[in-house]
Amino acid sequence: MLDALKIQPRTGANAVLLDVRGVTYKAAGRALIDQIDLSLRPGAPTLILGPNGAGKSLLLRLMHGLLTPHSGEILWRGGANSLETRRCQAMVFQDPVMLRRSAKANIVHALKLRGVSRAEREERTMKALATAGLAHLAGSPARRMSGGEQQRLAMARALALEPEIIFLDEPTTSLDPASVKAIESLIKDTRDRGVKIVLVTHDVGQARRLGGEIVFLNKGRITETRPASAFFRKPESRAARQFLAGGIVE
Amino acid sequence: MSDFSSAFSKAFQLLISGDAALLEIIMLSLQVSLSAVLLATLIGLPLGSILAVGRFPGRTAVAAGVNALMGLPPVVVGLAVYMLLSNAGPLGVLELLYTPTALIIAQTLLVAPIIAALARQAAEDLLEEYDEQLRSLGAGKLQTISTLMWDGRYRLLTAILAGFGRAIAEVGAVMIVGGNINHVTRTMTTAIALETSKGDLALALALGIILLGIAFAVNAALMSLRGTAERAAHA
Amino acid sequence: MRKIWTRVAIALTAFLLSLAFAGGPSAQNRPYIILQSTTSTANSGLYDYILPLFTQKTGIEVRVVAVGTGQAIKNAQNGDGDVLLVHAKAAEEKFVADGYGVKRSGVMYNDFIIVGPPADPAGISGLNNAPEALAKIAAAKALFASRGDNSGTHKKELNLWKAAQTNPVKASGTWYRETGSGMGATLNVAVGMGAYTLTDRGTWIAFRNRGNFKIHVQGGKALFNQYGIILVNPEKHARVKALEGQAFIDWILSAEGQKAIGSYKLGGQQLFFPNGGRSGG
Repeated sequence: MLDALKIQPRTGANAVLLDVRGVTYKAAGRALIDQIDLSLRPGAPTLILGPNGAGKSLLLRLMHGLLTPHSGEILWRGGANSLETRRCQAMVFQDPVMLRRSAKANIVHALKLRGVSRAEREERTMKALATAGLAHLAGSPARRMSGGEQQRLAMARALALEPEIIFLDEPTTSLDPASVKAIESLIKDTRDRGVKIVLVTHDVGQARRLGGEIVFLNKGRITETRPASAFFRKPESRAARQFLAGGIVE
Repeated sequence: MSDFSSAFSKAFQLLISGDAALLEIIMLSLQVSLSAVLLATLIGLPLGSILAVGRFPGRTAVAAGVNALMGLPPVVVGLAVYMLLSNAGPLGVLELLYTPTALIIAQTLLVAPIIAALARQAAEDLLEEYDEQLRSLGAGKLQTISTLMWDGRYRLLTAILAGFGRAIAEVGAVMIVGGNINHVTRTMTTAIALETSKGDLALALALGIILLGIAFAVNAALMSLRGTAERAAHA
Repeated sequence: MRKIWTRVAIALTAFLLSLAFAGGPSAQNRPYIILQSTTSTANSGLYDYILPLFTQKTGIEVRVVAVGTGQAIKNAQNGDGDVLLVHAKAAEEKFVADGYGVKRSGVMYNDFIIVGPPADPAGISGLNNAPEALAKIAAAKALFASRGDNSGTHKKELNLWKAAQTNPVKASGTWYRETGSGMGATLNVAVGMGAYTLTDRGTWIAFRNRGNFKIHVQGGKALFNQYGIILVNPEKHARVKALEGQAFIDWILSAEGQKAIGSYKLGGQQLFFPNGGRSGG
């Protein structure tokens, strides 16, 4: 499947990885995501920034294929999003969802679902646990670990999948500063290994620290898409300016 | 009621003496009910998980139907199985009426809805939590089911024990399809009914106490299996 | 971890399946017949006494299904039995006339009795005329527990009420209580609520929960209780074991079988009186 995708002519260093075209998602008749166009390219992280209720998490789920848009389309490397393409991706949720198993078994099982061979599962799992600094907790029941440890485990699980893109939905909300730091450092390592990062956050400080490309979302619409440096120097949209100034965005 | 105190001493005496007839009845009860629970599990777990994970028209109706079947009176199940297995019925040719196999069939039908309904509830509760994560990992339906079954194994065990409780305790169905034939289809419960009808209330109660002990032993055995597994899993 | 669980599950499954299909603990491969009979005969212990004698002689096992006469006849009509041994002559003759049975023979008799609380609120103690006793019970509106289950005993009771020119069913729920269950269960109810009831003597002698109840009425001609035996018609149900069934009937009607019935005693009392061969009352 992957090989078939890779020989497509569109695949170049700068080719579009994921393309959101005119996507609308409604709930109770209201458009929560309204006619969004967005192209994700390999390289710098894409940070989706915006106030609560802007539709950031929805957009992330739509891109990952967990939700189906009511209109518009989402293309992965030029093809339709499907269960198969989702297997090239990984996602970390705001509240980590841990199976009722040990830390290690959580990762092993994820790899098993992806069809990774038994021998390779073991190796990749230990590596991922070490990367996340959790090797010593390999045998602990995942659900009895602290919030920060669970989120690091969720990161380790996502990384073990060796995805081409990783979606992160406010992964550090409600974590203590040390855990935030650990997660951000994991994100940077991942970025440096060439994995595309798509991060949803409403934490301006985090956006400044991680940099990359800022997509500012407000009320289901993208108001601007610019490199982080330019965005923080002089935001163009009124909503973004209000948001950065700490005001309530209306 | 002097029957009460004499029932306890009688139960004790019966157990101590290792009464052969009693042992035979206990073994048959265990054999029938454990077999029925095993078969019901083989039916109930897949059915319950399909109802929890599957998305097909009529799913809610089937789930409601299975829930309703949990309350089916054993006598009705016994009658239905009797009519099926009777020589005048469609399966009379199998010659299963008044055999232990008939008891197993009746109890399986009685227990399968309980296991299916409780398994469905357990799987649905877990799925609510796991759904997005599992879909994100690209799990197919079968993988989802096996993940839910494994993670919900202790609740499934409870469901199976509930099924065993119903099987070992019911008398209406086994009375009709088994005929309470001595040495062939006499179980603990039909023996209790028989002793009650003979007016030997102390003996009937003694058998009841022993039945309670058996049910307790089976539960304790399965629970300790769970404990062992849990310790091993988290060692 | 998973491997251990899998192994435990497989071992358990194999064990249980082997149990499930191995048959009952005593399921030997010897020939057997199903005898559809009544709770009154089974509960008295008669079968436990005489059947081993027959099995020893012929190698044929007799599996007794003890239910009310009504249900026994219904089961036999469905072909779920090879021999019928009950006590309701009219219903038995209809069974044969309808082609379900080959031939009816009387086997043995005992008698019915009316038992009740020692205080005897209807004042029937010492009577031997059952209809008269029932009329007195009705007049006194004294509690009476009826089987109410279409059994042989129930049919007998209804006939006695008819002879007493009383319709107790109108009083059902007041002094007339229909239990809808077997003889033993009905006796338990009667003792529990202090009600009179009609029972066969065999069940009464074998019954353990008599409390302080006494026999008030016995001996009259109307209380005669005849048991009959019938081979289920193999022409109606091909799977009926006619040979083995007939062997059992022949034995129980033979001098040897009749002697066995007569020699069964409980607490020194004879429970059944053989009168096989004769058509019986």
